[in-house]
Amino acid sequence: MISALLLLALRAAPVPIPDSPFPLQDTTKGKAVYVKWCAGCHGDSGAGDGLAAAHMLPRPRNFTGAVYKIRTTASGQLPTDADLMRAIDDGLPGSAMPAWKGRLSDAERRDVAAYIKTFSSFFADTSQHVAALTFSSEPSGGTGANALKTGRQFYDSIGCRKCHGDQGRGDGPSAPTLKDDAGFPIFAADLHQSWRFRGGGSTGDIYHRLRTGLDGTPMPSFSDLIDQKFLTDEQLWRLAQYVRSLSPPEPPEVQDVIHAPQIAGPVPASPDDSVWGRVGRYWFPLVGQVIRKSRWFAPAVSGVWVQALHDGRTLALRVSWDDRTQSPDSAWLGFEQRVLETVAGDDSGPPSPKAQPWPDQLAVQFPRHLPESPAAMERPYFLMGSETDPVYQWRWTSTPRRSVAGLARGIERFDTLPGVVAGQARFDHGEWRLVFTRALATPDTANEVQLEAGRAIPVAFFAWDGSSGEHGSRMAVSTWYFLALDRPTPPGVFISPVLAMLVTLGLGLVVVRRAQGGRRGTVRAGRQR
Amino acid sequence: MGKLGVVAATGGAVLVLALAGWMRPGVPAAQGGGTISGKVKFTGAKPAMPKIDMSEEPKCKAKYTAAPPTEETVVVNANGTLANVFVYVKSGLPATYKAPAPAGPVTLDQDGCRYHPHVFGILVGQPLAIKNSDGILHNIKAKGTKNRPFNISQPAVMTSDRTFTAPEVMVPLECNVHGWMHAWLGVLPHPFFSASGSDGSFTIKGLPPGTYTIEAWHEKYGTQTATVTVAGSETKTADFSFAAK
Repeated sequence: MISALLLLALRAAPVPIPDSPFPLQDTTKGKAVYVKWCAGCHGDSGAGDGLAAAHMLPRPRNFTGAVYKIRTTASGQLPTDADLMRAIDDGLPGSAMPAWKGRLSDAERRDVAAYIKTFSSFFADTSQHVAALTFSSEPSGGTGANALKTGRQFYDSIGCRKCHGDQGRGDGPSAPTLKDDAGFPIFAADLHQSWRFRGGGSTGDIYHRLRTGLDGTPMPSFSDLIDQKFLTDEQLWRLAQYVRSLSPPEPPEVQDVIHAPQIAGPVPASPDDSVWGRVGRYWFPLVGQVIRKSRWFAPAVSGVWVQALHDGRTLALRVSWDDRTQSPDSAWLGFEQRVLETVAGDDSGPPSPKAQPWPDQLAVQFPRHLPESPAAMERPYFLMGSETDPVYQWRWTSTPRRSVAGLARGIERFDTLPGVVAGQARFDHGEWRLVFTRALATPDTANEVQLEAGRAIPVAFFAWDGSSGEHGSRMAVSTWYFLALDRPTPPGVFISPVLAMLVTLGLGLVVVRRAQGGRRGTVRAGRQR
Repeated sequence: MGKLGVVAATGGAVLVLALAGWMRPGVPAAQGGGTISGKVKFTGAKPAMPKIDMSEEPKCKAKYTAAPPTEETVVVNANGTLANVFVYVKSGLPATYKAPAPAGPVTLDQDGCRYHPHVFGILVGQPLAIKNSDGILHNIKAKGTKNRPFNISQPAVMTSDRTFTAPEVMVPLECNVHGWMHAWLGVLPHPFFSASGSDGSFTIKGLPPGTYTIEAWHEKYGTQTATVTVAGSETKTADFSFAAK
């Protein structure tokens, strides 16, 4: 009886955490939080099998095995409490797991972390040694050419390219075979999108992942290599610095308007023309098409980079995006099949289709005409228009390689127009670079948008990765953004600021004079009294 | 029998002992006790194993000059027996039984982009020496559920040691760089295990007297059990038979 009571008391007691800065709390309260906020994805029993799980890739964590990707501990060890708190607080970028800091109180987040630990007996096993690895701090000079060269050498010598590919876009020879511990298909990370790294995109985060590995995934720990003097700790840092250098210094900020400067012409038709290196690029995130059947919850293309310029007669629009495969690619058919089997479409929809050699596709969408008044904001339905209000689109496919213009009346219907849009594309180590060119003005003003300088031209993007099973309504979509064709800068633009400054200065002086004169007057008046 | 015969017999015995030692590395030789041995038969059509395309790894591919490598899910021997069946004492040992301390590590070799051995056993707490003889990148991932999993990288000729803390039949081992590389490790609190080899036979030696449940495990065909009673230093036979599915 006493021992039973003791056991109960032990169970109810807060989980003791000797070296944690975040003492975890009450598992009973944690359960209430879990049931309300977490079980929808992670399941009532913590097995990662909630109602929404079947639509997700990557799947929600299965807590019953206590295997966690993002840790500061050695491969195979349990995470520290701080590791769990970080995943809850900050979320896991690039997955469906949001950041809960700000949505749940500090106490709620600690309670739920304590509750999550009850799903596995490993956390109660006192023989489990849980200790964060000792990490050195980042050596300086990480962005220098020599440091990056060293990093690149180890990228090659320790075989990163096997999965992550020669240029790091997750397109290595082993990538199509990768599965996680549950047997679900898993992508090797695209190292050009550090803002989507599950454990964070800083150089330090990358170094930590190299040391710890991502348990439950094919990504191993490289700590043994330091122990065995295959490389030094500093060299591993250089590798992390090299990997970090593949992504932009800051995560891309989404801007609403693509500015297309005017050049002396002609516009470049090639995606590799050096001119593109001098034109600003804009990032537009894409999401799965989950509105119309068949829905698609696992879009392979996370966004597109867009650049535009014109010469007063023709527009060139360059769209580049990361895609592991030049589809169709027979090496990826098995992977495509596993993706289709893993990601459930609609609850009542048809069964998952069989993998097929679909091509890659990209579409750029405009309204047929610009609004009557520049201030008007009405636009057709963003998801490929409707029967009564179609949209004008450029569509490109990788195989057969072609670009067509036409009208879309919803997802299902696309009618090709005789008007011409030219497309030139190049696939390069996991990246498509595509340039559309079209005359600003065309004869078919009823159907083809007339690209007028100085107007806000609505534009939207769609992408399909054939090797991920994307075709038809299974695609990645954006919302409406704007394209603005800049007019050549008139000389007045440069003169008027100077004029304005002089006028302001003059007016300012007058005002100051007046004010000073007035005050003197008042003082004088006072004295007079 | 002449002098020569004695020498030959001794040599043969030494060779057999050496072979036995080689086949069961690190597992302490049992002193006396009973023995359970048998053969694992295979009936039905021998399934064709898919060929492994190693063209991404010329170093490995070059090691297969006679015939191209195939997957090892089902290996049927020339004599119609089944290899890679893990046979072990599942229950029947006295509660007081204490396993002898392991004599040394068990070695798992990555050679020719395959694991050697493909199916094997280890004692709880005994070091597993994971050797990369290929000198190209392998990662080795252990996917146990009773043992903590691990996943470590070996991009060069090197050896890493790991141990297992809990009995588990079986812990799957795999390489993700080479999706065809799989091995299976039985972790046990006692040394009474064996795996059928190229003649389909297995031997479990040094058993204390008792009645045992013996389980035979195969990665594709599942498990079978047999009950065997041994007394003194006698040898009992337990044959298993798996049928094609």
